[in-house]
Amino acid sequence: MAEQTLRAWLLTDTPSSRRHAKLSALYQGWLSFRSNTMAMVGLGILIALMLIAAAAPLLSPHDPFVQDLGNRLAPLGTEGHILGTDSLGRDILSRLIYGARITLYIVALVALIAPVVGLLVGTVSGYVGGWVDIVLMRITDIFLAFPRLVLALAFVAALGAGIENAVIAISLTAWPPYARIARAETLTIRSSDYISAIQLQGAGGFRIITKHIWPLCISSLIVRVTLDMAGIILAAAGLGFLGLGAQPPSPEWGAMISEGRRFILDHWWVATMPGLAIFTVSLAFNLLGDGLRDVLDPKAGE
Amino acid sequence: MALSEENRKGRDRASLPPWVKTTALTMGSIAVTMLGLLFVTFIIGRVMPIDPVLAIVGERASQSTYDAVYLELGLDKPLVVQFAYYIWDVLHLDFGTSLLNARPVSEDIARVFPATLELATLGIIIGVVIGVPLGVIAAVRKGSWTDQVARVVALVGYSMPIFWLGLMGLLIFYGILGWVGGPGRVGIFYVDVVPSVTGLILVDAALDGNWDVFKNAFSHIILPASLLGYFSLAYISRMTRSFMLEQLSAEYITTARVKGMSEWDVVWKHAFKNIRVQLVTVIALSYAGLLEGSVLTEIIFSWPGIGSYITTALLSADMNAVLGGTVVVGLIFILLNIFSDLLYKVFDPRAK
Repeated sequence: MAEQTLRAWLLTDTPSSRRHAKLSALYQGWLSFRSNTMAMVGLGILIALMLIAAAAPLLSPHDPFVQDLGNRLAPLGTEGHILGTDSLGRDILSRLIYGARITLYIVALVALIAPVVGLLVGTVSGYVGGWVDIVLMRITDIFLAFPRLVLALAFVAALGAGIENAVIAISLTAWPPYARIARAETLTIRSSDYISAIQLQGAGGFRIITKHIWPLCISSLIVRVTLDMAGIILAAAGLGFLGLGAQPPSPEWGAMISEGRRFILDHWWVATMPGLAIFTVSLAFNLLGDGLRDVLDPKAGE
Repeated sequence: MALSEENRKGRDRASLPPWVKTTALTMGSIAVTMLGLLFVTFIIGRVMPIDPVLAIVGERASQSTYDAVYLELGLDKPLVVQFAYYIWDVLHLDFGTSLLNARPVSEDIARVFPATLELATLGIIIGVVIGVPLGVIAAVRKGSWTDQVARVVALVGYSMPIFWLGLMGLLIFYGILGWVGGPGRVGIFYVDVVPSVTGLILVDAALDGNWDVFKNAFSHIILPASLLGYFSLAYISRMTRSFMLEQLSAEYITTARVKGMSEWDVVWKHAFKNIRVQLVTVIALSYAGLLEGSVLTEIIFSWPGIGSYITTALLSADMNAVLGGTVVVGLIFILLNIFSDLLYKVFDPRAK
């Protein structure tokens, strides 16, 4: 009964306060998102991934770093090692579970850096206009025209291998699309009446950008970030595979594939399992991104 | 104020034929973008390493060697001058010498590039031949099972790590089934059998009339090329579908159907004709993407192309080779980008 009234309160046509209206809009978005089965599957996988990463020490049957050379390259279904062991006898399942932490760490860092840089460049460019706009957009275009993976490779070559440098390299090549989106949004928002109204009230550029333009750019950026996450995971795994991302003995999924590559013909599971993990997570991000786009930005759908 | 300025500009422009302006703008945009690329690689090569001299001579070099290299690199000059020298060198296709084999980087790149070109070209052919019809059918039969299959194919393509799929392909088609040749461009008995004319082994073998080599080379290239083809197919089929949907909902299509035109003619002679320009743009872009995507594929298949070259150089800290390779891939990428842009402007009157 209480739930029923909460539902009615959320679905009301006449919200009683600003917070009420916000919650109501959020709930209706959730309802339409929930009806998208594939998006819910994606969300489910990602929540599971976060839980697994958080509870890694509890869930993993073995220490991911402990070697057992007497039991190396054990096949699938071995007693105590469901997914087998790698070339140093480490339990693959445990390494996959701990690898979830690294994947989430990379995704979170890139998702924090790239869109924020893009948002800053795009909104300033769109709001200030004139020369600033021309210069910033020219720089954005230049970065957009670069081959991303090759440039990231060159960056990592100069900075040195490692997770943090891989994150910086990926972010440096990932921000331009966000700047484009933020600029386009800013241009439409800037010419609207309510911006003129607050300008007349004496609001400065800083206040207008941070309080009135940013909030409206966020939803399209979130969609784009979610859709890009799959690509970011693949890029990070690619760098790891090349030995330029996370360094051994870290259980990064891309690095694990590279390790298993040497035994691919005789001990296929060593490289197969981490690949399945990467595929599952990036698929989940793609499904979630598609669903979010339908809810937040219905026009871009078809 | 803004309006009158716009008018004045408009009058100035009117005195020149439009193609002059377009060409000038395009050339300018190419120049600026390339300058940007060179600036970034310059920063990566000269400014980011803590000491570029040490990167070359190593830590145990004597002071006199160090000083000689320091002067040779022009590090005593201001950065602007160094950058100008760098541009000058690149314009003369001088990327320095490889630290590994002491040969000019440009020669190395000229040697490995045909392998990448051959792989990416076969890849894009596969992607277009399958991707375009798939996209058209998915659009015509929207919501049918064909459409669903096309959707899943694309979704999996977007989510799959290319190097892992390559490994799995190698495991299944080479390791278990034995249908294709293994890593490398040709089997060991066929190396250097045909004279290298174009550097593209399939073409060279055909020119020489040596069909054994051709067959062997084909069995080696087909798996990596299909892999690249699959990734371009995912993108091409999705774009084809959405372009076609846009056309099929237009009123002239209804008119054509009302006239009693056959569905085949409506789809291929009317709707498809109108998406050709957009499609070529998409194909050019995915071709550029394949040149880049071949980096990881080449590693998996031990393909001696530019991707393998850059990565090998990277792992042995051969900065000249890395940056030379990056500049070449970057330039091709930029040119293809601009080419697709230009094509759009020239052939689609609406873009003017």
